Amino acid sequence: MIRIPCPYCGERDHSEFTYGGDGSITYPALDAPMADWLEAVFERENVRGLQLETWHHVMGCRMWLLVERDTMTHEIHSVRAAHTGLAAVLEEKS
Amino acid sequence: MTARRLDKGGRIDRSHSLKFSWDGRKIRGHAGDTLASALLANNEQILGRSFKYHRPRGIMSAGVEESGAIVTVGEGARRDANVKATTQELFDGLVATGQNAWPNVRHDAGAVSNLFSRFLVAGFYYKTFMGLPPFEWGEGTGWWMRYEKIIRRAAGMGTASREPDPDNYEHAHAFCDVLVVGAGPAGLNAALTAARAGLDVVLVEQDFEAGGDYLNQASDGSRLSELLSDLETAGVRLMTRTTAFGLYDHGTAGLLERVTNHLANPSQHMPRQRFWTLRAKQTILATGALERHVVFGNNDRPGVMTAAAARTYLNRFGVLPGEKIVISTNNDSAYIVAVDLAGSGAAVHLLDARSDIHADLAATLKGSDVHLTSGAAALNVRGNKGVSGLETALSSGMGWRQGGIEDCDLVLVSGGWSPVVNLASHRGAKPVWDGNNCCFLPGQTSEPVHMAGAAAGIWQTTACEVSGKAAGAAAANALGKSVATISMSGSAGWAHPISALYEVTVPGKKLKSFVDPQHDVTADDVRLAHREGMVSVEHLKRYTTLGMATDQGKMGNVIGMALMADALGKDISEVGTTTFRPPYTPVSLGALTGRNSGEHFRALRRTPMDRWNRDHEATMTDAGLWHRPWYFARPGETIKEAYIRETTTVRNSVGLCDVTSLGKIAVQGPDATEFLNRIYTNPFAKLAIGKARYGIMLRDDGMVMDDGTTWRLSETNYFMTTTTAHAAKVMVWLEELLHLRWPDLKVHVTSVSEQWAGCAVAGPKSRDVLAACVEDADLVSNDSLPFMGVVEARLKNGVPCRIARISFSGEMASEVYVPSDYAPAMMDLLWKAAEVLDGCLYGMEALGALRIEKGHVTGVELDGRVTIEDAGLGKMASNKKDYIGNVLRQRPDMMREDRARLVGIFPKDRSQTFNAGTILCKSDEVSGHGEGWITGVTYSPTFGHWIGIGFINGGHNAWQDKSVTVADPVRRENVDVEIVSPHMYDPDGGRHLG
Repeated sequence: MIRIPCPYCGERDHSEFTYGGDGSITYPALDAPMADWLEAVFERENVRGLQLETWHHVMGCRMWLLVERDTMTHEIHSVRAAHTGLAAVLEEKS
Repeated sequence: MTARRLDKGGRIDRSHSLKFSWDGRKIRGHAGDTLASALLANNEQILGRSFKYHRPRGIMSAGVEESGAIVTVGEGARRDANVKATTQELFDGLVATGQNAWPNVRHDAGAVSNLFSRFLVAGFYYKTFMGLPPFEWGEGTGWWMRYEKIIRRAAGMGTASREPDPDNYEHAHAFCDVLVVGAGPAGLNAALTAARAGLDVVLVEQDFEAGGDYLNQASDGSRLSELLSDLETAGVRLMTRTTAFGLYDHGTAGLLERVTNHLANPSQHMPRQRFWTLRAKQTILATGALERHVVFGNNDRPGVMTAAAARTYLNRFGVLPGEKIVISTNNDSAYIVAVDLAGSGAAVHLLDARSDIHADLAATLKGSDVHLTSGAAALNVRGNKGVSGLETALSSGMGWRQGGIEDCDLVLVSGGWSPVVNLASHRGAKPVWDGNNCCFLPGQTSEPVHMAGAAAGIWQTTACEVSGKAAGAAAANALGKSVATISMSGSAGWAHPISALYEVTVPGKKLKSFVDPQHDVTADDVRLAHREGMVSVEHLKRYTTLGMATDQGKMGNVIGMALMADALGKDISEVGTTTFRPPYTPVSLGALTGRNSGEHFRALRRTPMDRWNRDHEATMTDAGLWHRPWYFARPGETIKEAYIRETTTVRNSVGLCDVTSLGKIAVQGPDATEFLNRIYTNPFAKLAIGKARYGIMLRDDGMVMDDGTTWRLSETNYFMTTTTAHAAKVMVWLEELLHLRWPDLKVHVTSVSEQWAGCAVAGPKSRDVLAACVEDADLVSNDSLPFMGVVEARLKNGVPCRIARISFSGEMASEVYVPSDYAPAMMDLLWKAAEVLDGCLYGMEALGALRIEKGHVTGVELDGRVTIEDAGLGKMASNKKDYIGNVLRQRPDMMREDRARLVGIFPKDRSQTFNAGTILCKSDEVSGHGEGWITGVTYSPTFGHWIGIGFINGGHNAWQDKSVTVADPVRRENVDVEIVSPHMYDPDGGRHLG
């Protein structure tokens, strides 16, 4: 069981969260060419080491988070709100 | 062996006698006994029969590594098999029986297999029965499976109860600063040091008494009492009878607390066991070490045990396990055992494999009657059901030669000590072979895990105490406390070098020597595995099953590796070790399950009108986590009669159905319209206030995610409904889009599924029902509430409600929502109005019949593999706007005309029925995966015969005038069908307009 420090709720069991996916993907515009969409939806690196991931605190504050996790050790290097505006508000407060 | 209870000594309470039964006989023990010590005190020798050869087995140890005294405890539904007698605390009325034997462990008919033991070596079953005629003439593995059943019956261990477990188990959660595992000299001191630094400390001990090796020492126990009292003062939470069975990421530990396993009459409210999830910032492993035995002839006989075990039985339980004792050792630890036993009146002969005994060591025997022979070891035990003598071996150059015969009744063995590195190994710290100590030591880890005491290869009690304090201080400092660092002084290892000793043989002598007694793996099996090409430890393990028994290699792994290394001509460090995985000792399934069993297996969701439905004769059924009405039978009605009546009533008059389980999401904010327009395939930009629209949403990959209606309540306020099955998924998806992709959109989504209760009012007379129930009947007239219209109104009982004219049944219908608490009040009102119109209440079965007749899809059809065209909803895919999934849904393969498309299905012979979950095939080609499949069937009162809904390649146009057969090979014969349009009922859609 890994523990994730949620910026809103504090450190919690991973069972409170659901894994989203690759946090490094920038999804293309809705009218972008099919090739861009194919790459964004289907092409994934199988990272060994530090990986940016999205997690949803679904049993907590329901915030979507960007988590930097080491896939070898589960070590968590950083957690921030995925919503850029909310992340900035948190930054100001801290 | 003649074991007996001594008149004094030990930590048992002689004034408190406990009655228990062993194999049907009533005998006695004392409070403080284990089942093993009580049996030993009664001189019970044969306690089990071995796995494969049915050899007699007795007590081999005094702990969790036990491989001989494995018994069944309890009766009936509470029968617990494969319990180690060495860890079972004795209680009054305990019932224990031997296992894997008939008629009993003392006289076992199965022992005949021992005579054929040379045929039962490693790999025997596979070589004999697999792939060889006559066993497998063209039969695949069929014959093997039959033989395997017979072999399995002869081999094995205890039998589990087939009755449901009558006990309760609990899951519990905890947090602490420092977790200390093991309450021996190291663990107790570690816990005390950390607690005195002001930290919250949990100390867990698998035994029923804290103390570890202190308990085995011949002392008055004052040092231990003092430590325990200090721990209490310092606020340490001590959990005995609790095993840390696994260490997981980020300081999480799994603990198993045995709450009532030691109680004669546990009270009803107590759980049998508690499964703890503990999160610790620092972890100290003071898990001790297990004494190894040595491989020699008949080393599995009752009356052969580890040296330290004998000391435990003597000093802790007041049982002298033998009168004439030979101890065979290769290290210093057996010397104190010899002295203690001799001091209690036994004749003790100590064989030390080492030829040169240091004078200091020999001096420890001074004043005792221990007879010491150096350069000697045990070679072969004599006696069939116990020990009647011991052939010894004498050191000869690099090997051994036959020595004499010792008259004895007990053989004690010490082949060195193996630190319990299991928990560190769970964290990926690979054990490292230490040649000086002849053992694996815990590997390095970057995690906050500290090793202390014998678990770290520190053997002397005082050194263990210091090592515990050092670990406690290190943990405290890591948590920001300022504690003086303690360094280990002096030697951590042996005062006098241990000599490697794993097996004793002499040339030309045939011996039956066990490496892993629990699985009957012999030294010859290991060598056979090597000859047959098993060169790695992992191969060895799988071929011989070494280390796969309930002790998971605690007894034999290191020896097996040593023998393998010897066969390979390598050093043990080059052979490696197997990885230890949780659990350290077995965990019962009940504890893993906790309270999640029976009707609490999973969460149950009831709608706010659940009681109301059941009061009105609803028979309930499961729909995901929900309980929903299945049908409302009138007296004497079958389910079929009931749903046909309900369906017919909705078509002809009016029916009410609880639709609360649909997902409901409030979508609010200035950009709500734009947001909806991006997630639905059909346009939402111009949806008028007071109107609802049916919408389809796709995933990024273009497959259909969900469907539902969304109602516009105001400029910036929408009420979205989703399917019951996908409610949670859609909510998460909307949040993901708003947080991750479109943070600029000013939209807030809130799940309001719990806040609103819904009822569908369906049928030609539905408007009459609504008109009778709302304060202002004009609000529900056809002008005010046309098809897809939405109004906010007030019921006659004053309850505020939302009504949308939407139809799932195909009839004129509306859905009425009220705040959840008012659900029964709404139902009372609606039902009174519907009842006088000859209306009905209807459930899931009729709902299914209505929607199949109409060809409406549900979660069964929208299974994640279906495109919007496949579902027959292609017209809803806008080509005038961009939306999620629009690009990838246009991949060429997904636009193919011959993909499986939604269709309706009629039986050719209208009197026939067919099943859902079946395959649609060409009639002249009923094989393989066929051309399609059926997702739902119902009897249709409208058509007067059975109908179905499903998918078939190319859709119904491709199958006009072609013969199709429903293949149902497992359940019944095939049925010929016609493929029709999915819109079977009212294809032009006139009826819902009223």
